[in-house]
Amino acid sequence: MNQPDYEFLRKLLRDKSGLDLSADKQYLIESRLLPLARKAGLASISDLVQKLRDGSSTLVSQVVEAMTTNETFFFRDKVPFDHFREMIMPELLKARANRRSIRIWCAACSTGQEPYSLAMSLKEMSAALAGWRVEIIATDLSQEVLEKSKAGLYSQFEVQRGLPIQLLVKYFKQAGELWQINSDVRGMVQHRQLNLLHDFSQLGTFDVVFCRNVLIYFDQDTKINIFGRIAKLMEPDGFLVLGAAETVVGLTDVFKPLADRRGLYRPSGIVSTAKAPLPGASRVAAAGN
Amino acid sequence: MKSCLVVDDSSVVRKIARRILEELGFSVVEAEDGERALELCTKSLPDAILLDWNMPVMDGYDFLGRLRRLPGGEGPKVVFCTTENDIDHISRALNAGANEYIMKPFDKEIVAAKFQEVGLIQALSAESA
Ligand SMILES: C[S@@+](CC[C@H](N)C(=O)[O-])C[C@H]1O[C@@H](n2cnc3c(N)ncnc32)[C@H](O)[C@@H]1O
Repeated sequence: MNQPDYEFLRKLLRDKSGLDLSADKQYLIESRLLPLARKAGLASISDLVQKLRDGSSTLVSQVVEAMTTNETFFFRDKVPFDHFREMIMPELLKARANRRSIRIWCAACSTGQEPYSLAMSLKEMSAALAGWRVEIIATDLSQEVLEKSKAGLYSQFEVQRGLPIQLLVKYFKQAGELWQINSDVRGMVQHRQLNLLHDFSQLGTFDVVFCRNVLIYFDQDTKINIFGRIAKLMEPDGFLVLGAAETVVGLTDVFKPLADRRGLYRPSGIVSTAKAPLPGASRVAAAGN
Repeated sequence: MKSCLVVDDSSVVRKIARRILEELGFSVVEAEDGERALELCTKSLPDAILLDWNMPVMDGYDFLGRLRRLPGGEGPKVVFCTTENDIDHISRALNAGANEYIMKPFDKEIVAAKFQEVGLIQALSAESA
C-alpha cells in the first residue's frame, strides 16, 4: 500500500470513528479491507481508496465498520459486574428509592454480551427491583453488531466465554446450533446506533455508564472530549465503568476513581469545558451520514 | 499444585485436556471410564474433575452421583465436558451436583473460563480487545 493511500485511510478512520492508527498499521488495514475491496469488485486497496475519494458513502461506513474491533464476551473481566451487583445497584436502590427508576447506558455494546450481562444481573436481583423501572440503552457505531445484539443469537463458543452455566440454562433457549437469549431479557435492552464522536446529549440522563474497551482506540484529545460529554449526562451520584486497560487518571478530572474498586469512577463535580464534539468530528457529521 | 482428574474414553481427548490443564498449572491424572475414576477417587480426591458423559462401563452421570456420596465427595469441582449439548442434559448434570459444563468442542480458552468460573483458577490478566 502506498503512503498517500495509507494516510488517506488513517485520516478517514480517525475522522469517522476516532480510530487512532499508528504510522505502521498497513498490515492491519490490508488484512481487514482487502476482503471488503474484493467483495465490492475492486482489485486493490488503491482502487478502494479511489472509490472513497470519489465520495462513496456506503463504502465509507463499510470501511469504518470493517476496521472496528468487536471482540467482547459475557461478564467480561468479571470485576465490573461484581461492582455492579455489590456496589452500584445497592447504592442506587437507596438513592433512587423515591423515583424508583434507573437508567443505564452501554456506550459501545458490540454484539450485546455486555448489556445482556447487565440485564441478567438485574433479573437475578428482581425481588429487590419489584416496581422499579430500569432502562438499558445499548449503542454502537456499527449497524452490523447492533443487528446481532438485537437478535440475541450466540454460538456455542460465545456462550461458553464468561457465562456461568446456570445463567445459560436459565436465560437462553437452543435455536439449532445457536443459543438465543430469552425475549424477556432481550426486551430489557433498547438498541440505538450512535457514534461517540458525535453529539449524544439527546440520550438523556444516566445513573450508570458502561464505556468499556472503546476509548482505548482513540487519541488523547478525543478521549478527554468524550469523558467530558459523558460526565455532562450523568447524575452527580452516578457511576462510570471503564475497561480493564482504561482509566481517566492523567486525562481528565471530571471523574474520580473509587478506592478499592478497579475500573469504577464517579463524577467529581468538576465541569468539563467540552461542550461539543471535537470540531473534526462535527464537520464529518455534517458532511457525511 | 492443584490436581485434576480427566475422565474420558478417548485417549485423544485426554491428551488434549492434559496439555491444556498442565498449561493452567494442574497436575493431571487420567481415567478412561467412570469406574476407574471412582476407584482413583476412593484413594485420593482431586481438586477438579473434567468429566465426559458417554463412556463404557460407567458413564459420567453415574460416576458423579457416586462421587458425591463418597466421604468428602462433595469437595471436587466437577466440570462436565461432553458432546451432550442440550438443555436437558445440562440441567440433569447440574441437579446431580456438577459445578460447570463444557460443550465440546472445547479449547484452552473455554476450559480456562469455566475453571475460573468455579474458582479453580484466578482471573487471567486482563487482555485488551
Ligand atoms: C471491543 S468492542 C467493546 C465491547 C464491550 N463494551 C466490551 O467491553 O466487551 C468495541 C466496540 O466499539 C465500537 N466503536 C468503535 N468506534 C466507535 C465510535 N466512534 N462510536 C461508538 N462505538 C464505536 C465498535 O463498533 C465495537 O463494537
